[in-house]
Amino acid sequence: MEKEKILEINHMRISFCQYQKGMRQTELQVIRDLNVTVHAGEMVAIVGSSGSGKSLLAHGILGILPYNAFMKGEIQYCGETLTEKRIRKLRGKEIVLVPQSTSYLDPLMKVGQQICKGKKNPEKKRKLNRIFEQYSLDQKVQEQYPFELSGGMTRRIMISTALIETPKLVIADEPTPGLDPRLARRAMEHFRQLADMGAAVLMITHDLELALDTADRIQVFYAGYTIEDAIAEDFLKEETLRHPYTRALWRAMPKNGFHYIDGVQPYTRDMKPGCPFAPRCEKCTDRCREKEVPWRSSGNGYVRCVYDT
Amino acid sequence: MILETRNLSFRYENKGRQILEQFSLQADSNERVGIAAPSGFGKTTLCKLLAGYEQPETGEILLDGKPLQSYKGYCPVQMIWQHPEQAVNPRLRMKSVLEEGDQIDPKLMEKLGIEPDWLNRFPTELSGGELQRFCIARALGKRTRFLLADEISTMLDLITQSQIWHFLIEETQKRGIGMIVVSHDAELVERVCTRVVRMNKQ
Repeated sequence: MEKEKILEINHMRISFCQYQKGMRQTELQVIRDLNVTVHAGEMVAIVGSSGSGKSLLAHGILGILPYNAFMKGEIQYCGETLTEKRIRKLRGKEIVLVPQSTSYLDPLMKVGQQICKGKKNPEKKRKLNRIFEQYSLDQKVQEQYPFELSGGMTRRIMISTALIETPKLVIADEPTPGLDPRLARRAMEHFRQLADMGAAVLMITHDLELALDTADRIQVFYAGYTIEDAIAEDFLKEETLRHPYTRALWRAMPKNGFHYIDGVQPYTRDMKPGCPFAPRCEKCTDRCREKEVPWRSSGNGYVRCVYDT
Repeated sequence: MILETRNLSFRYENKGRQILEQFSLQADSNERVGIAAPSGFGKTTLCKLLAGYEQPETGEILLDGKPLQSYKGYCPVQMIWQHPEQAVNPRLRMKSVLEEGDQIDPKLMEKLGIEPDWLNRFPTELSGGELQRFCIARALGKRTRFLLADEISTMLDLITQSQIWHFLIEETQKRGIGMIVVSHDAELVERVCTRVVRMNKQ
């Protein structure tokens, strides 16, 4: 049975307007072509290296990009276009963000109040108590301020802020850095539970191995492009992966040989036309460098490569 | 050369939590010693002590039998940090960042894949992986004898991680530089280290 499509993003582009010298402006393309679909009850992980602009995707969906950023492309939420007006109504209720940094909490507000957004109705309070129980947080933590919490507790509090509503779409931005593997896995499991309860979960992370343990599908992000969309099982062996970069990632895992390829991800300002991976790809030919490589379906996933691999 | 700690104890505030207590460790130049422990066991603190950024409450840090503090000028024990973007001065161009280190062999740049063009950039104009390459080059000055790697590849993609570790293993072996490696990733530690030391909770 086909599950309900909650979020669909087509050809998202995000650029920044920057001042160079004096009054000269330049446009910095950070996200070039991003395509994501998340269904109800599904957990999709977007994996890309740090600083590659993945967080912008989350901010773009929620309409909280900085003033000098511009977004193009189409975002569909539950079958309808997600306009600015609509997201204003939905965010914090049906669409929630679990932010990356613990600094997103208000330092001057008690935790319990903060999760309930200052509302005092008894139903919210009961729900909060239940959530705290579920995450083995002591009830007295509600009366504490963010600075009194440990890293792991803060994480759980931030997830609680998402749970107090009944979200249909949860966007988690790098929820694991700074946690040791046991805690990181547990954090991922919290999100898995949300998906199992029926929410669509979009997880943005740099940790491929962790994502493989919990997510249903993996989207690989490279130099501003989504280059592959694969189910987690495709990562069991190299042959089922589609894009040469994804295969290189697979081979670079310590348990799969710890191999590497030369070169670095191109810096946004130095991008050449064509496939972003072309300079490092052994399969690269003139066809790859000529023009933009389209995003196309391949088996039960998608790939951005001119060759069938 | 041997880097050694004897009965190291440390806490950040006078009556604060005891981070390290009576911790002893010995590492030789031809070793890459992995340090394994969960969060909050003082792995980063240990690195900061070994690199001379913090002073132990009690205990000694010896390099070839002499206290680390008696080495004047450039510290022969250098540390590479987890977050490269926090380990470089945001107002300096990358070439000036490199000049903060000891004399650095120009060949290192090539081996690390640092493009000459990056030298004129500011840190915000480079990715985490590119910045980390600079931080590694900066720590590998001529007089470096020991290198401390504190979760240096957690924030990087797997390919960059593998590139950087292959380089470090080759370079430190060639120059006889010992390494202390802190990482949560057990599989990575198994790949890169010659032995592993577990820290116990105080």
